[in-house]
Amino acid sequence: MGHAAIIAGQAFNGVSVASILLLTALGLALSFGVMNVINMAHGEMLMVGGYLAYVASRIAHGPMAFLLALLLSFLGATLLGALLELTVIQRLYGRPLDTLLATWGVSLILQQGARSLFGAIGVEVVAPRWLNGSFAVHSGAFAGLSLPYVRIFIVALTAVVLVSLMLFIARTRWGLYLRAVHQDREMAQALGVNTRWVDLAVFAVGTGVAGLAGAALALIAPVTPTVGQNYVVYAFLVVIVGGMGSLLGTALAALSIGLITAGAQMFTSVSLADVLLLVLVIVFIQFRPQGIVFKRSRVMKEA
Amino acid sequence: MKKRLELSFDAAMLAALALAPFYLSSYHLSLLGRFLALAILSLGISLIWGWGGILSLGQGVFWGLGAYVLAMHLKLTGLAPGDIPDFMMWSGLDHLPGWWRLFQSPLPALVGAIAIPAAVAAGLAWLVFDRRVRGVYFALITQALALAFSTLLISEQAYTGGFNGLTDFTTIFGRVIIDPGFQRGIYWITLATLALCFLGCRWILNASFGKVLLAIRDGESRVRFLGYNPAAYKTVAFALAGALAGLSGALYILHVGVISPAMVGVVPSIEMVIAVAVGGRASLPGVILGTLLVNFGKDWISSAMPEVWQLAMGLLFILVVTVLPQGLAGIPGAAARLFRPRRKRQEPEAPRREMRKGAAMAAQEKD
Repeated sequence: MGHAAIIAGQAFNGVSVASILLLTALGLALSFGVMNVINMAHGEMLMVGGYLAYVASRIAHGPMAFLLALLLSFLGATLLGALLELTVIQRLYGRPLDTLLATWGVSLILQQGARSLFGAIGVEVVAPRWLNGSFAVHSGAFAGLSLPYVRIFIVALTAVVLVSLMLFIARTRWGLYLRAVHQDREMAQALGVNTRWVDLAVFAVGTGVAGLAGAALALIAPVTPTVGQNYVVYAFLVVIVGGMGSLLGTALAALSIGLITAGAQMFTSVSLADVLLLVLVIVFIQFRPQGIVFKRSRVMKEA
Repeated sequence: MKKRLELSFDAAMLAALALAPFYLSSYHLSLLGRFLALAILSLGISLIWGWGGILSLGQGVFWGLGAYVLAMHLKLTGLAPGDIPDFMMWSGLDHLPGWWRLFQSPLPALVGAIAIPAAVAAGLAWLVFDRRVRGVYFALITQALALAFSTLLISEQAYTGGFNGLTDFTTIFGRVIIDPGFQRGIYWITLATLALCFLGCRWILNASFGKVLLAIRDGESRVRFLGYNPAAYKTVAFALAGALAGLSGALYILHVGVISPAMVGVVPSIEMVIAVAVGGRASLPGVILGTLLVNFGKDWISSAMPEVWQLAMGLLFILVVTVLPQGLAGIPGAAARLFRPRRKRQEPEAPRREMRKGAAMAAQEKD
C-alpha cells in the first residue's frame, strides 16, 4: 500500500466523517441563521434518528428496508423537532443563550429516555447486503486503496440532502419565505409571511436532517444514548467556522474540519487532534469572526 | 428598608453556615463544605453571566486548572524525596517532569491555583472578545474548550493521571487531611473565603466597573460609542471569574480528596451554570443559595433514585429558563409586585425584566 493510497484513504475517511458532521450541522446552521436559536438537543435528534433506524431494521427486512429506515428516522426526528419547537423553543425567541440552556435540559431528558428504552449499551444497525464490500483499487498509484460502500453511500446521501436543501431554498416559494425571514423578519411579517410557520418548518426540517445523520451514523458506529453529545460540539464548531445561516459555508467548514481532524490524526493522537482543531478554530475567528461565508441579515445584526 | 432586609438575610445565612459544624453530621458537613467551595465558582459565573452577559460553558476548565495545580502539590508533598507519583511509574516515566516540580512548595502551588486559571481565562477572553466575537459563539467555543481539556487530561496519562485523575492525598502544609479536626478547619476556611469573595464581588459590582459591565450586557455597541472598550472590561471580568473558579477548585479537592477529568468536562461545566440560573444569575446571595440547593438536591436524588436525576435536572433547566428567568432570587420581587397596589405597579421596572417578544427580537444584538 503506497503513500498515495494511505493519504487518499485517510482523506476519504475525513470526507465521510465530514458528511455526518455536515448533516448534523445543516439544521443548526438553519435554525441559528433564521431564528437565532441554539438547539443543544440537536445531537439527541441524531441519536433518535439512529434508534429509529435500528427499530426499523428490526421490523422490516429485505433489500430496501434500509431506505425505509432512513425515511422513518427523518420523519420521526422531524415530528420530535416540531414538538420541541411548539412546547419549548417558541417561548424563548430572542433569548439565544436561554434556548441553549433549556434545550440542554431537553437533551438530558431524551438521553435518559433512550437509556430506559434501549439500555446504556449501544445498538447497531446491520447495513443492507448491497452496501457490503468496498470499492478497491488494485493497480496504479492508489493500489491497495479500499473504500467501503457504506461510507460512499453516506457521502452520496449527504450530497443529495445538501443539494436538495439548496434548491429548495433557492427555487421554491417556501424557500423564498425562508430567505425573506432570514433577511428581515419584521419586514417579511409586514408583507404577509407567516413567520410562525416558517420558524416551525425550518426547525423541524433541521432536526429531521439530523435524524437522517443518525441513521447514516448507525451504519458505521453503534448508537448509544450519548452519541449525540459527541457530535454536537463539533457540529457547533462547524457552524461557527462556516458562518451562521449559510449552507455553502457550513458545507465548506464541515469538509475542512473533517479533513483537518483526519489529517491531524495521522500525525498525533485523536485527543491531541481535538485540541489542535480547537486552537485552529480560535485562530480562524481571529481573521474571519463571521465565518467563511457571511450573509448580511437583520437577525444577525451585530451578532 | 430593602437594604436592611437584604443585609439581615445575608447575616443570618452566614451565621447559620458558620455554626454548621455544631449541628450537622460529619457526612453532611463535608457535603456542605464542598458545595460552599463550588459557590465561589458560582459567584464568578454570576459576575460574567448575570452582570456581563457572557455565558461560559467552560468554567469547569478553570475550576479544573485550580484543582489540578493544588492536587499536583498535594501529590508531591506525600512523597519521599526522589520518588515520583505512582501513576507516573506505571506509565513508564522515571523522573518528575519539570513543570510538576514548580508546585513542590506550597506557595507557588497556592498562587498558581488562582493565577494560572486567571491567566488562561484572560488570554482566551482577549483573543475572542477583541475580535467582537461574543454571545452564543463564545458559549460554544468555551464548550469546545471544556471538551478538549477533558480529553487532553485523559490522554496524557503519564502527566495527569489519565482517567482516574489525581487522588490519595495525605497531608497539606504538614497536616493530616483526613483528621476530623482538620476537616472542620477546612470548612471554616472555605466559608471565610466564600464570604470574602462575596464581599469582593459586591464591592466590584457596586463600583463603576460593575456599572460598565451591566451596560455592556444591555447594549455593548452603545458602551463602545461612549468611549469604553468593552473587550477590556469583559476580559477583566472573565479573568476574575477564572480566578474564582481556580480558587473554588483548589478548595473543593481539599474536601473531596480527588480530581478527575470527569469532574471538569462538558457536563459538569453546564451543571455549574444551571446552579447559578436556579439561584438567579444576577443575585450574589441567590447564586450561593442556588448552588447549595441544586447540589444537595443532586446528592439526595441521585443516591435515592439514580435514574431520575437526569430527568429532574432536565426539567429543572427547562422550567427555570422558561418560567423563572431570574431564578429563586426573582421570587420575592415577583411576589411583591403581585401584592403591591395597582397604582405603584406602573413604576419603571428594572431593565431587562419582561421584555416583550418584539422588543426582545430587536434586542438580540445583546446576545
